Amino acid sequence: MSAEIDWTALAIFVFFFALVTVMGFFAARWKSGPVSEHLDEWGLGGRQFGTWITWFLVGGDFYTAYTVIAVPALVYAVGAYGFFALPYTIIVYPFVFAVMPLLWKVAHRHGHVTAADVVHHAYNSRALELAVALTGMVATMPYIALQLIGMGVVIKAIGLTGELPIVAAFIILALYTYSSGLRAPALIAFVKDIMIYIVVLVAVVVVPAKLGGYGAVFSAANDAFVAKGGATGLILKPSQMLAYATLALGSAFAAFMYPHTLTGIFASRSAETIRKNAILLPAYTLLLGLIALLGYMAHAAHIKVTSNNDVVPMLFKALFPSWFAGFAFSAIAIGALVPAAVMSIGAANLFTRNVWKSYINPDISHAGEASVAKVVSLVVKIGALAFTIFLPTQFALDLQLLGGLWILQTFPALVFGLFTRWFRAGGLLLGWAAGILWGSWTAWSNGLKPLATLDIGGASYVFYVGLGALILNVVVAVVVTAVQNVVSPRSTKP
Amino acid sequence: MWLLLLVPYVGLLWVPFYNFKEPELFGFPFFYWYQLAWVPICSLLIWLVYRSRTPDETP
Repeated sequence: MSAEIDWTALAIFVFFFALVTVMGFFAARWKSGPVSEHLDEWGLGGRQFGTWITWFLVGGDFYTAYTVIAVPALVYAVGAYGFFALPYTIIVYPFVFAVMPLLWKVAHRHGHVTAADVVHHAYNSRALELAVALTGMVATMPYIALQLIGMGVVIKAIGLTGELPIVAAFIILALYTYSSGLRAPALIAFVKDIMIYIVVLVAVVVVPAKLGGYGAVFSAANDAFVAKGGATGLILKPSQMLAYATLALGSAFAAFMYPHTLTGIFASRSAETIRKNAILLPAYTLLLGLIALLGYMAHAAHIKVTSNNDVVPMLFKALFPSWFAGFAFSAIAIGALVPAAVMSIGAANLFTRNVWKSYINPDISHAGEASVAKVVSLVVKIGALAFTIFLPTQFALDLQLLGGLWILQTFPALVFGLFTRWFRAGGLLLGWAAGILWGSWTAWSNGLKPLATLDIGGASYVFYVGLGALILNVVVAVVVTAVQNVVSPRSTKP
Repeated sequence: MWLLLLVPYVGLLWVPFYNFKEPELFGFPFFYWYQLAWVPICSLLIWLVYRSRTPDETP
């Protein structure tokens, strides 16, 4: 990348960043409530977000800035396989529609703020609550770090070097999240998403027009993959098909186990809000599918990069005037702020409710909860910042991958309890442990690839290790619960 | 009606069903436009289930 500063792009970038900063601080007064007096206010925005706010908020924190950078980068590098994000973000919605309104009702009835609250209420087990809370916090940290990496990529593309711009951006983010809570990312999400929609719609019309149409884009990508060889191409190799499907399914089940997505669910006004969003949120998936195609457009535009993550910024710099490139980079950077804020709030809620309240100060007041969470959100962000500055980027990527596998193991504890009272805490806890240990070990021994291989009768099957771990998790939970029921039958409670 | 929610899983997870380049549509190989087409179809299916259910509590 050129080291020269693109002043036009930088000016536009600074303008939009200043705009959202003002909005972030102003947000405390938006749909106003006593932000510092109750965790429901700071951590869930007052549990009042209707259909449109929820649509922007969940859209903004589920389809993250890192996605805009990483999905096209993967598609650029390997082709069809990188597209698994598309089926993943489609099949997640029937699941959201069927399950999340039930979760919302339970949380609303009992005042739960986190997934671990729900689990503790359902099974009355501090150990299981802690397992779910720790998994959530650990899985979220590298995810925040990735948002910073995404922001770093576009800041570098503008020509700014060094860590200082990222540190400055993040301190501003930390301060307004501290003062406004979830209202800040909810308000900023409007700006961010509208900007991203504009950028992508312009890109998918203008770029192919400049490059000779979609047919030319696909055929240029095809030529590049033929030259490159290996497991790449416009369609999947037979050996990739099971991996593609299991990655899509496993990721879909994991997506709404994360603290940041669940925060969006718990902050909704009603179960209806969530159902309507399950119908409306796929609009973002269409956008994601088009974003993924930027990877192919880069082949057609003959973009060559040293790091695949530079594909999108380089494509915009090559094909657009600097003012529009600056607008696009602002959209991506602001796109990093929304999920980073919601993730730190989700992690802070977990720590406050399920570690601090459960173990340190059970008699904490509502205002006390809010102030603990505010401080923790700062600590979480500083931790993520240190992560990106002091550790290699690859480390954050690897941990994020393991994070997806880990968070998926909280699925049985959180979801099964909504439908049946049969499972018991001991079984779910052992299942969780088995899933995490086997999954981490398998991924580790494969050089941190998310895939596991199973050889049956001479044929080998390659699948997503997270889904394998989830199956093991459920099997262990069922067997242990059954054994527990035989050894110590539970007292029949009404 | 709730079974409609399972249809996208079948349509998208059975990969051999759509792992082809032909037929193309607007320059998009089948693999791509087939999956993109599932986005509105999935919304529509969820909407149909949403319509058919008896509304719960008024918030």
